[in-house]
Amino acid sequence: MPVQILIPTPLRQFTNNLESVAVEGSSVGEAMKNLCVKYAPLQKHLYSDDGKLRNFVNVYINDEDIRYLQKEATPISAKDVLSIIPSIAGGVH
Amino acid sequence: MANVELSGEEIRRYGRHLIMPEVGMDGQKKLKAASVLLIGAGGLGSPLGLYLAAAGVGRIGIVDFDVVDYSNLQRQILHSTKDVGRPKLASAKERLEGINPFVKVETHEMHLTSENALGLFSGYDIIVDGTDNFPTRYLVNDACVLTGKPNVYGSIFRFEGQVSVFATKDGPCYRCLYPEPPPPGLVPSCAEGGVLGILPGVIGTLQANETVKLIIGKGESLAGRLLLFDALKTKFRELKLRKNPDCPVCGNHRTITTLIDYEAFCGVQKGWDSFTREEQYEITVGELKKRLDNKDDLFILDVREPQEYQICNLHGYLIPLRDLPKRINELDTAKEIVVHCKVGGRSRQAVEFMKQSGFRKVKNLVGGIDEWAEVIDPAMPRY
Repeated sequence: MPVQILIPTPLRQFTNNLESVAVEGSSVGEAMKNLCVKYAPLQKHLYSDDGKLRNFVNVYINDEDIRYLQKEATPISAKDVLSIIPSIAGGVH
Repeated sequence: MANVELSGEEIRRYGRHLIMPEVGMDGQKKLKAASVLLIGAGGLGSPLGLYLAAAGVGRIGIVDFDVVDYSNLQRQILHSTKDVGRPKLASAKERLEGINPFVKVETHEMHLTSENALGLFSGYDIIVDGTDNFPTRYLVNDACVLTGKPNVYGSIFRFEGQVSVFATKDGPCYRCLYPEPPPPGLVPSCAEGGVLGILPGVIGTLQANETVKLIIGKGESLAGRLLLFDALKTKFRELKLRKNPDCPVCGNHRTITTLIDYEAFCGVQKGWDSFTREEQYEITVGELKKRLDNKDDLFILDVREPQEYQICNLHGYLIPLRDLPKRINELDTAKEIVVHCKVGGRSRQAVEFMKQSGFRKVKNLVGGIDEWAEVIDPAMPRY
């Protein structure tokens, strides 16, 4: 069952500039892994070498942070939207 | 009620606030008694300063050390064309005092550091973060938590902005959201990534709105919520933020109880793209000029975006950095290749990638085409 993942601007260079990608998966972790299978260069940006989601990568299911649900085991359904929320620093110059 | 009075002139000035029950005399006096410290007098600091001064915030401090540049004028509306070359603090103070002479503007010409942040923050009620880099973001956050001052946060990239209020008494802090920064180079700066000029206007104005609500104690603060704005689609989204019980600076078992070395915190984590400098893989603009004048057989590879190439170029072969992996077979390992971008960051990544792909005669142009324009060819447009 496909689920939508919203790709933030800084990562769109790895998804052929797509802002939203549909992938299969019944949990957050499955969908994220499938996203990285589809767009391999994303892997090293999202996951560390030991296969853990990187600390500066925040994943939301709808408006909830997965860290406060069941993390990557959080189940998802077709009506859910996943977002990757990057840290951005711009302001002054 | 705040222990200040409003003069007849001030009452005329703030009339549209005074007749609203949500502000009224009480709220306006709170604004007059309040002090706000703006970190940065740039894109976000511009609308922030203008609106907070107009609203009658009694004391506004500004920290900055930069001078006004032509490339600032596209979005930093505090500064005018005539201010180019002046310190930003000078034009900011002049402009804010021009809008409202009842506001006391305090300028702090300095880099915010772990040594001066706590002392500076303790003199203000609210801190507003309009900085442009991760080390200062973490410094501002931690100093806010340690001094107990709310941090009105705004951040921008290209067409996307984020706003929230961190480090309120019971709310989450920036580290609850992002415990660690991304490795250097993952997220391009505004100088490399560009930014829509109106975006800091929208985000900075939302920060001003949060600041005023905190002062008058009305409405619903963005504390505990992250507001996302997409200027291309004109869409707002909102995410829930929670205070992280394991947060190292504001959680239950705090490991950060004093300010740290934020450059090291954000820089020395050796990620995939933090390279050591190797001089045989570098060339200066002076050396390049000499080699080109000698008619040496050099292949110039430009890894910027096509729209940047249109502004100025060195007649190089254009392959944007992100396309390099799939187009690397267009390049000849036998040729001596000089790689450049705007200021040298992207080309450094390109050189590293090419080295891993078997290229040995490849050099990064230090300082990029911007350095070339400054040192070698003053007629070349800079952006």
